[in-house]
Amino acid sequence: MESSERAPAGTGTVTPAIELRDIVKRFPGVVANDGVNLTVRPGTIHAIVGENGAGKSTLMKTLYGAHQPDEGTIAVDGSVVHFASPRDAIAAGIGMVFQHFMLAANFTVWENVVLGDEPGTPVALRPAKARARLRELAEQYGLDVDPDAVVDDLGVGEKQRVEILKVLYRGARIVILDEPTAVLVPQEVDELFGSLRELTAQGSTVVFISHKLDEVLRHADAITVIRAGRTVGEVDDPSTVTPRMLAEMMVGAELPTPETRERTVTDVAELRVDRLSVRDDGRSIVDDVSFTIHRGEVVGIAGVEGNGQSELVHAILGLVAADGRVTVGDQDISTMTTQQRRALGVGYIAEDRQKEGLALPFSLWENAALGHQSRPPYGKGPWIDVDGARSQTERIVEDFDVRTPGVDVPILTLSGGNQQKLVVGREMTADPRVLVAAHPTRGVDVGAQALIWDILRRARHDGLATLLVSADLDELIGLSDRLLVMLRGRIVAELDPATVTPADLGSYMTGAALEGGH
Amino acid sequence: MVRRVARALIGPGIAAVAAMAISSIALLIAGSNPIDAFQAMWQSIDSTESVVIIINKAVPFYIAGVAVAVGFKMNLFNIGSNGQFILAALIAGWAGAEVSLPAPLHVAFIFLVAIAVGGAWALIAAVLNVTRNVNVVISTIMLNYIAIGLVAFLLSEYLANDENAGLVAQTKPIPPSGQLPSLNRLVELVGFDFAPGVELYGFLPFAVLLGVAYHVLLNRSRFGYDLRLSGINPEAARSAGVNPKRMVLITLFLSGAIAGMIGLPYLIADPNFLKYGDAFPTTIGFTGLGLALLGNNSPIGIAAAALVWSTIERATQTLGPLGIPPEIGRILQGSFLLVAVIVYEVIRRRNAAAAVAAAAAATAAIRPGDPGVPAGAPA
Repeated sequence: MESSERAPAGTGTVTPAIELRDIVKRFPGVVANDGVNLTVRPGTIHAIVGENGAGKSTLMKTLYGAHQPDEGTIAVDGSVVHFASPRDAIAAGIGMVFQHFMLAANFTVWENVVLGDEPGTPVALRPAKARARLRELAEQYGLDVDPDAVVDDLGVGEKQRVEILKVLYRGARIVILDEPTAVLVPQEVDELFGSLRELTAQGSTVVFISHKLDEVLRHADAITVIRAGRTVGEVDDPSTVTPRMLAEMMVGAELPTPETRERTVTDVAELRVDRLSVRDDGRSIVDDVSFTIHRGEVVGIAGVEGNGQSELVHAILGLVAADGRVTVGDQDISTMTTQQRRALGVGYIAEDRQKEGLALPFSLWENAALGHQSRPPYGKGPWIDVDGARSQTERIVEDFDVRTPGVDVPILTLSGGNQQKLVVGREMTADPRVLVAAHPTRGVDVGAQALIWDILRRARHDGLATLLVSADLDELIGLSDRLLVMLRGRIVAELDPATVTPADLGSYMTGAALEGGH
Repeated sequence: MVRRVARALIGPGIAAVAAMAISSIALLIAGSNPIDAFQAMWQSIDSTESVVIIINKAVPFYIAGVAVAVGFKMNLFNIGSNGQFILAALIAGWAGAEVSLPAPLHVAFIFLVAIAVGGAWALIAAVLNVTRNVNVVISTIMLNYIAIGLVAFLLSEYLANDENAGLVAQTKPIPPSGQLPSLNRLVELVGFDFAPGVELYGFLPFAVLLGVAYHVLLNRSRFGYDLRLSGINPEAARSAGVNPKRMVLITLFLSGAIAGMIGLPYLIADPNFLKYGDAFPTTIGFTGLGLALLGNNSPIGIAAAALVWSTIERATQTLGPLGIPPEIGRILQGSFLLVAVIVYEVIRRRNAAAAVAAAAAATAAIRPGDPGVPAGAPA
């Protein structure tokens, strides 16, 4: 590997902060890492990219001491180390920020940060000391967060800052982040990388995993590409590559784009939302929202997470109480149960498949029946039609390219992309009139993403009315016929995806673009 | 098949050995010889008569296990099955003795009363939960105490047989038309003769039927699907159109209804009882909690657990006169349960890890984009 001018030390022979050599990690029946090499220069932001299942998480767990490699060496700051447990990794100055936050929701920020490493004696905690240290760290790295806020009240971006503070508090000099931007909006992403840049400026080293190639290129000093358990590319100077080149390295094949420019919109209104409001504790979370989606139309909802999109989706499905009217075709569904709405042809891709869209210990066929269990081919009167459900699931597996050993294995054994393909497949094969799709490609690999986009595009062509909620602005712009921006529960702008840029969209989402106009 | 059976027996096998080891230590501390004790236990179960008694005794245990297993499957902990059981037993015993009906109807009537009373008592907790969000564990536990008081009050004030007034409080015996005949005739038909006085009670077929019904309901019906789904992921269940309140109401009713039947083997099939009174066993509902756990909520598992339980009870019955503390039975049962649950969990985790690895191996074998695989090739 060449040395780079971008390393702050810039001397050409810097001792790498992390050096992994020929790491092999086998699990029973599968080689997850099969010769991975990784060299991270100190004081840099280093990105690791790869498809789901490429072995990134396995590699990070190796580095964090969660398991031991079968072959290969790990060197930190030039000396070879053996991590028997994460404790050893922490002692060596390596901290991990997981994709799924591990915070105690009803504890305050400072309590979460010190949890497991509390200052004071076993009987007397010293909150003042904790707070002071926390403020110091927050200030030093620009990680702005109120030490006394309760974590449950924080937004996603703030929670992530707490996670980062947690590892810094434990003295980490090398911070690993697993898909840190998956849950953030563009502005928060910029803030995050601002803080990470601050970390590296003060000598720390950052390693992060990401699917979002443009931000990898924008923020990383160096990139390692992993495919099928092997290092397939090392980029020392991201300015020399394009997102497309990176993505092709990742999948080893050519890539699709979400673009859909052929117009299929009809003038038949399929989903009509009329003055819909969702209230909680007197606060309007969804505030007087109205829109219409026609057959063959995709309407995208853009917005910073937590501005009422989830509640809007849940209200359309009948999962939360709402005022106002929702009509499918010419039928008012406002007073219908969720089951009736779904039977009427409202398909639903939930924003968090593991939380809301799947029952992980259930088999594939039981998961395929989920939401459709009362109707053929899954249900027959009061019974579950096991044969019907199994053969339908086999069709889904075939048609939607779900990679699985069979339809009887628990779905928790599949990768996220394959789980999502089953979810999308089950909704599409039920022949919906309206599809409510929340973050349909969140956390799936490029291959699965392309397939899902393709499915949505084909369904649109066949006359499906789709409500698309997404945090992926390229996806929103690429797939939607119209874009609505949601801010503090209201629809604040309607934009034409043909002319809007992600940057424009971002400023509408945060309200910046509106302040001048109103 | 043989391998599957062998695998299913690993857990209980380890648990049995561990339970015997722990009990041996307890026996040694108590100053008894464990070998003598186990020998005595073996002798007291080593006869046809004992086996029949063990089966008879296992039947109510089994029903108690199934009663709570229904709820467990939905993560709904009906700790109140005991209250539902004793209240249902009292009222069904009383009502069964009060009416006179032709035989099959009479039996059906007693079943119906037991089911209705047990279900209704459980429904109190269910209604409190769906309307006032009261925790089911707490309310069902509390309802146990209310049931104990209520049973004592009803029995002594209203439902006791006046002929015994002042002696013992018990209901009138259920007349023959409300009883189930013993299965001895059936056993004779297959060429097996019991010694005089040995009787295989007639409730056994109903218990088997209950297990089959439980299995079919859970694994083949939409309701069972919704129930298991609600247990695993209530949020996904809601999104799938399952009404959580309705599920709580029906499932708790069902659990209570089955708990209501725990006392029926005594009331209508055991000639030594046929009535509710002071001698009636009153803690089988609680035993069911452990049995459901031990049987992993499966009908076969619970049946096996119930048989183990009644075997231990039978085996330790005669230890007292030999100078061996009969409490060793409780230690055996408790340590067996504890070790079995731990072993199950270990096995479950290993199986889950193996399943993940197997799926990864099966799906990682070919990936489009790999060298040699044309793009778009089917996996």
